[in-house]
Amino acid sequence: MRNYLSPVVANLPPSGIRKFFDLVSTMKNVISLGVGEPDFVTPWTVRESGIFSLEQGQTMYTSNAGLLELRQELARHLEAKYGLRYNPHNEILITVGASEAVDLVMRALVSQGDTVLVPDPAYVSYGPCALLAGGNVTYVPTRASEDFRLRLADLEAVYTPDAKVLVLAYPNNPTGAIMTRDDLLPIAKFVEEHDLLVMSDEIYSDLTYSGSHTSFASLPGMRDRTLLVSGFSKSYAMTGWRVGYVAGHPDLILGLTRIHQYTILCASITAQMAAIEALRSAEEAKQEMVAAYDRRRRLMVHGFRQMGLECFEPLGAFYVFPDVSRTGLTSEEFAEQLLQEEKVAVVPGTAFGPSGEGHIRCSYAYSTEQLQEALVRIGRFVRKRL
Amino acid sequence: MSPEDRQLLRLIEQDCRQTPEELALQTGLTVEYVKGRIRQWEEDKVIVQYRPLLNWERTGEEKVAAIIEVRVLPQRGFGFDKIAKRIQKFPEVKTVYLMSGAYDLALLIEGKTMQEVALFVAEKLAPLEHVQSTATHFVLRRYKADGVELLGDEETPQRLVVSP
Repeated sequence: MRNYLSPVVANLPPSGIRKFFDLVSTMKNVISLGVGEPDFVTPWTVRESGIFSLEQGQTMYTSNAGLLELRQELARHLEAKYGLRYNPHNEILITVGASEAVDLVMRALVSQGDTVLVPDPAYVSYGPCALLAGGNVTYVPTRASEDFRLRLADLEAVYTPDAKVLVLAYPNNPTGAIMTRDDLLPIAKFVEEHDLLVMSDEIYSDLTYSGSHTSFASLPGMRDRTLLVSGFSKSYAMTGWRVGYVAGHPDLILGLTRIHQYTILCASITAQMAAIEALRSAEEAKQEMVAAYDRRRRLMVHGFRQMGLECFEPLGAFYVFPDVSRTGLTSEEFAEQLLQEEKVAVVPGTAFGPSGEGHIRCSYAYSTEQLQEALVRIGRFVRKRL
Repeated sequence: MSPEDRQLLRLIEQDCRQTPEELALQTGLTVEYVKGRIRQWEEDKVIVQYRPLLNWERTGEEKVAAIIEVRVLPQRGFGFDKIAKRIQKFPEVKTVYLMSGAYDLALLIEGKTMQEVALFVAEKLAPLEHVQSTATHFVLRRYKADGVELLGDEETPQRLVVSP
């Protein structure tokens, strides 16, 4: 067939994860540490309220912005957590997962010739969404020696005057890195100086294992420069419900809503009803999940260090990102050979950007038994190569 | 109780086979601390016993259980304690609770057959002094015990093998 695809789509790089997924799917008895979602089922009280809403016949569209009740609940939640005040009437938009919010932000802010600054490595969709919006992408390297935090010097080194949006994604997928308030302050100053807008994807904020998460929007002067993106998937084990949100200055939210009303109309009402319940009554269930991730995190870091590999301590999300370069293999070679020899699936760090080279992403959203078995197998694999 | 201790105790409650080393690793506490706490909890009878949660139904072994409501006359100076302590001595009696409401004691009885349980009630329990009446309810099926779901499909979420 003649190539009907638009040049932007035709040139969009395929997701490194997809390629690996296809390989793993052909094999049996694989222990996979490749999953980017919780192993818990949504807490029962949340599922039950979704079911109840269906029984009540709640099967209609909601307003474009989402149920006001949910936006009000979110406004309370954000104020209690970060002291951030958002008007539920015009400063919060409910989206189909945080993924939709990322897309909306890029499309609403970026146009031809604008550059989006994206930390590297990071979740796979920021760059492609910026490209689809017609922008250019500049990756800002981060490194293990600095715990994969975004550093001012690296930002300054790649900055060009056409930069318009800075993406922040902490706690970070795939590294598990966090940014403390002190880490973020110089970034905020940089944002102010260069008149940038920030898309802060804080989907993993509740999965922070040292101190409490600092929202970028809560820094002085940053509230109106930040579009705070988050959702329910990771905190409440609700990935399949597809419900997220974005909060920010009303002028920006209005722009996002304009796209959202034509392309999506609204997030599913069932998911929105369940999300209200999650905010109201799933705090304890959430804390229990967080405590479980924290225990497994310690287990994994210890396991990799025992093998003689360098593994910086991730303080957020549910991934470890050990350095496997001592084995003499590239990320991709390591992941492929490990899969063939020991039937353990991990994701090569390069799937998340060039700075991921030398690393693998291992999710610890698995039972302790599975993790222990995986560590035994990976240990055997690594020993042969050290 | 500190949050660390509460977490430690919960972990032991979920799976008491974990070694102090494994528990220390997961909680970030030292092995010595974990060992010390466990010893103290054992001495204080916070940890009463270590044993598995069994589902005998799956063994095919004949076993019946009944919940028995018992109405008793409280005794002056002892209340319900004296009769409760007497009843709990019977090996057939697995659990004894003092209840509010229409009856006084709730017992969980286990035996090999319904007849065995019925005989225990008729011959041992009902004739006891101060026992006014009993009502026996046989357990037909255990769905959940001690917070663990015993029947039905386990909730294994079908996740993709690799996802971003």
